[in-house]
Amino acid sequence: MRVTIRLFARLRDITGSGEFTRHPPDGATVRTVWDELVNDFPALAEYGASISTAVNAEYSNMHAAVGDGDEVAFLPPVSGG
Amino acid sequence: MDTPLYAVTNDPLDLSALVHAVTRAEGKNAPEIGPGAITSFVGVVRNENAGRRVLRLEYEGYEPLALRAFDRIGQETNDRWNVRMALHHRLGNLHIGEASVIIAVASPHRADAFAACRYVIERVKQIVPIWKHEFFEGGDVWIEGATANPDDDQAREEAYKLACA
Repeated sequence: MRVTIRLFARLRDITGSGEFTRHPPDGATVRTVWDELVNDFPALAEYGASISTAVNAEYSNMHAAVGDGDEVAFLPPVSGG
Repeated sequence: MDTPLYAVTNDPLDLSALVHAVTRAEGKNAPEIGPGAITSFVGVVRNENAGRRVLRLEYEGYEPLALRAFDRIGQETNDRWNVRMALHHRLGNLHIGEASVIIAVASPHRADAFAACRYVIERVKQIVPIWKHEFFEGGDVWIEGATANPDDDQAREEAYKLACA
């Protein structure tokens, strides 16, 4: 399957891009996608405990399944206002 | 064009349009008892943070999720108070003194209007996917606050306590 990954703020700075395409295996979860990304960019690992996640622009969690065509977003701690 | 109640925009924010948006409710959305009080909040870019001389802020956001978070905050606010709320957040490059976020809350009575307004800004800081990139004298840093989790009851309670303090 094909998923689009969206990264923001410092996560985007770490990887150098706000958007990636990946092809996780069937049965993949949000965590599968994150772990693969950390594998490619080890500096992301420090965010493992503090990120939020969203699937198709809805808040989600690491256990959620991802499907073909999904947009998976990883969000560092927020600082709006 | 009518001002939307919720917006994320690169344009300068307009508080009077927001106040107008919460004041004027017609048709089936019109409450039986109209507003008797309107409170507002304007968050502006401060020239100092954590001892640093701030030069400017650059705001980044995940817009579709931010709008959904606004909607969620609006629902939470309506669950607790009799109010009509509007919330706009700006993105992009902002100078010192410019408004980054504006809130307007209309209610039949001032107590609800004040409390709900405070609640909204506290929830914005907790769950809205927007980030400040701070440029200060000598460097820059991404500001990281709360891990956004809309279902965190404890965070919601904290915002409620601050609102009613």
